[in-house]
Amino acid sequence: MLLSEATTTGFDLFSLVPWIVFIPVIGLLVNLIFGRKWNERIIGIVASSAVALTFVVSVLQLIALQGNHHEAHVVPFVDWLSIGQFHLPWEFRVDTLSVTMMLVVSGVGTLIHIYATGYMWFDVRYKEDLKSYRRFFIYMNLFIAMMMILVSGNSYLMLFVGWEGVGLCSFLLIGFWFDRNPDTTFGDKNAFAGKKAFVANRVGDFGFLMAMFLTFWNFKTLSFTELFPDAVAHYSGDPALIWWITGFMLLGVAGKSAQIPLFVWLPDAMAGPTPVSALIHAATMVTAGVYLVTRSAPIFNAVEGVHIMVATVGAATALFAATIAVGQHDIKKVLAYSTVSQLGFMVAAVGMGAYVAGMFHLVTHAFFKALLFLGAGSVILAVERGHHPLIGGHEDEHEPHDDEDHHELFDPQDMRNMGGLRKRIPWTYWTYMMGTFALMGLPIFAGFWSKDEILLDAKLEYPVIYWVLVVAAFLTAFYMGRQVWLVFFGKPRHHASEVAKESPWSMLVPLLVLAFLSVFGGFMNWPFEGGHQFGHWLGYTIEKATGHALHVPAFDWGVAIPATLLALLAIGISWLIYGRNPLKTGQQDPLEKALGPIFKGMHNKWYVDEIYDFLILRPYQKLAKFFAETLDWNIWHDWFHEKGIRDNFQKFTRFLADPIDLGVIDRIANGLASTVKNSGEILSRLQTGFIRNYALSVFFGVVVILGYLIFR
Amino acid sequence: MVPLSYYVALSAILFALGALGVLTRRNTIIIFMSIELMLNSANLLFVAFARSFGDVSGQIFVFFVMAVAAAEVAVGLALIVAVFRNKHTINIDEVSGLKG
Amino acid sequence: METEVIVFLILAFVAIGSAIGMIINKNAVYSALFLILNFATVAIFYLMLGAPFIAMAQVTVYAGAIMVLFLFVIMLLGAEQLKKADKGEWQKPVAILFVVVLIVEAVYLIFGGGGDLLPMINEVSEVGDPISLATKLFKEYFLPFQVTAVLLLAAMVGAIVITKQDKKS
Repeated sequence: MLLSEATTTGFDLFSLVPWIVFIPVIGLLVNLIFGRKWNERIIGIVASSAVALTFVVSVLQLIALQGNHHEAHVVPFVDWLSIGQFHLPWEFRVDTLSVTMMLVVSGVGTLIHIYATGYMWFDVRYKEDLKSYRRFFIYMNLFIAMMMILVSGNSYLMLFVGWEGVGLCSFLLIGFWFDRNPDTTFGDKNAFAGKKAFVANRVGDFGFLMAMFLTFWNFKTLSFTELFPDAVAHYSGDPALIWWITGFMLLGVAGKSAQIPLFVWLPDAMAGPTPVSALIHAATMVTAGVYLVTRSAPIFNAVEGVHIMVATVGAATALFAATIAVGQHDIKKVLAYSTVSQLGFMVAAVGMGAYVAGMFHLVTHAFFKALLFLGAGSVILAVERGHHPLIGGHEDEHEPHDDEDHHELFDPQDMRNMGGLRKRIPWTYWTYMMGTFALMGLPIFAGFWSKDEILLDAKLEYPVIYWVLVVAAFLTAFYMGRQVWLVFFGKPRHHASEVAKESPWSMLVPLLVLAFLSVFGGFMNWPFEGGHQFGHWLGYTIEKATGHALHVPAFDWGVAIPATLLALLAIGISWLIYGRNPLKTGQQDPLEKALGPIFKGMHNKWYVDEIYDFLILRPYQKLAKFFAETLDWNIWHDWFHEKGIRDNFQKFTRFLADPIDLGVIDRIANGLASTVKNSGEILSRLQTGFIRNYALSVFFGVVVILGYLIFR
Repeated sequence: MVPLSYYVALSAILFALGALGVLTRRNTIIIFMSIELMLNSANLLFVAFARSFGDVSGQIFVFFVMAVAAAEVAVGLALIVAVFRNKHTINIDEVSGLKG
Repeated sequence: METEVIVFLILAFVAIGSAIGMIINKNAVYSALFLILNFATVAIFYLMLGAPFIAMAQVTVYAGAIMVLFLFVIMLLGAEQLKKADKGEWQKPVAILFVVVLIVEAVYLIFGGGGDLLPMINEVSEVGDPISLATKLFKEYFLPFQVTAVLLLAAMVGAIVITKQDKKS
């Protein structure tokens, strides 16, 4: 019925949906096959236009969905597996939730691709590896394709395929500069960071897999269409099962969306190029966990109490990461922990059942955090170009460095090396401010609306979480204020910052677009009368899946005003500490002086890495060492292989070689040979050369034969 | 009527004498003649059995044997002549180059 | 004793004697003459066995053509006699022993087996007249006959080639 309705409108736009996966794949294949000889401009255009086309297709899906009265539409694509009666199809699901994700991924992705064409042009020169430009865009396109598989799949299995695919791309891109000189900032810790991300994600994937197995075991299907709403809605089994499924799924979410306890990989993931941090580790991939929880809303709704578990994890992460962000000096690390914190907000929101608020925050966060990361990238690039005259192109105003100075250990990402940049890079500064305000949650900016909605839901249902999130929001405003004061105000604290250079337009345009979205993006879910468009839009899907109407709380000034005041207070405090008396070169962070050990704890991420190292890594490595050295090497290798097999085998072969081969076989062979030789020597005497001798022997034979005839 | 056995015995004795000539004489030509004698003894046997069985085929074989013997003599004597040219002897014992 | 048998025994005696004479004679020319005598007696045996054509062929081909060839070669090479062998002829007594053993064995096989002598099965003596022989030769054995012709030709060519002196060497 839906299908016929759609087809009567002529061309079925839904049938275009597989192209959201294949256009990026085509883009990467083109670059992979033909890109070797192409210059960077063409490679960038191919990659960016592939993602842009994907965005166009996503918009067409939006239009198609509007024409379909927001009803979900499933586009079968291929049968992946057919085992007897069991089929595993690859189906594309077009509903309001997946289209939202598609639009975010491809839209933000397009902007970041365009930005990356400019950014990577400098980055590959800074790292002196021009060939990596093509590799970068191949990976990026692959990521877009994988992310599209993730959000458009109609079953947990296809979601998982994309889930793993983006994990792979994340790994590839975090370790993008894996081969940089290990004793500089770009050390082989890049490769280590990639590995860490991958391993942490493996732990999460284990959870996701277990959740999938349990789901399939009990509901006999992984397809969303079959699971929701029927299978789960009519489910009336034991709550323990739901607890297991959701618990394992939460582990998967914690892995992918960097929640406690698996968040440790995300800050390290900043080792990747900045566009990667923006696209994968801020805007899209890390939100996959939030998407997963939203998609699985019926399961999370099935049993009371599950919500608290998820929300607690999210809220704890939000606060915990926010405190760490305060103590960071690296501009990207601050944003990384901010991302972890904001993801905590989202997970807390979807955990509380406020799916719309969570998804809303996901979208706005994608805008402003991508903006912030790209802005940070622009800042870093500006400082790098100031530090590195060869690619900066401003020798006239740059004093020539001597060699020693040139090779000094300089971290272009350290905020203590920055300062006063707002005059050098005004465009970056202004767009960065838009993103900052959005993240702080100042009114009318995008982040205000979404964060406010989360706080509102929390206040209504889980007051404890509400307070935790409020504190986290306060800290968010504080660390962002600190960052802005440190980076853009005061006086330059390093020569590189004095001569920093504004980024090219290919980078500034995406910044401007994202800044616009960060300012006005929040109005898509205008919380007053006649608003809630985003809520209604998502509601079509979620309500149908859960079978319950979404509760949309009314706007509460009692939430918005205190939150705004707290944000302003945090800005004021940060001004007192960092803005009033700007940091001087080499000066200690004033907060470090004031807070002492607490700051040290914040700076060192509350020693979580060290605790993990002590609790898990070391014993694990000891165990591995035990297995490797004692079990494998000593017992298995030394004892079993060396002594048991090799020595005995050698004994056996020696036995075979000496007595058997030399003694018996060789003797037989040599004996045969010498016997033949000797007998030949003897017999050769019979060949006298006298024909009559031969005739005599023949005659003798005749006589003997005749004698035999007689005597037989 | 002479019994067949007499002819067979005669043929055997002639054959043995031919063989004796081959084995004892060193003159190549006499050896050759002894071979002819052995062939003749065989021929005699052929004819005797042909007579005994009343079948003329035996005689035809004798005819063929004669033809082959003639050819053999021609070639054999030519060989003897050739050997004599090289060795200046017809002593068979001096033509003993092929020994082990 | 029948006349025929007596004739046979006499001729057999002559044949054996001439054969022995051929073997023991030092002079190759005498040996050849003894052999001609032997062939002649054999030809008479052929006549007694009802094979006149073969008898004639024996006389003309063997006693005639072949033996003339022998004599011719003996004369040509001037090799009537050989020098005495320097080393002891150990083979001679052994050969004689073997020959005697062979003759004894043959005689035993022929006469000692059943006691009865093998008779001539066919009494008709005209079995080998030239007409029947020629009929058989040119009908049944025509192909071997032709092959024999080729063989003779080949032998002739071979003999010429072998004896031909290479003037250059």
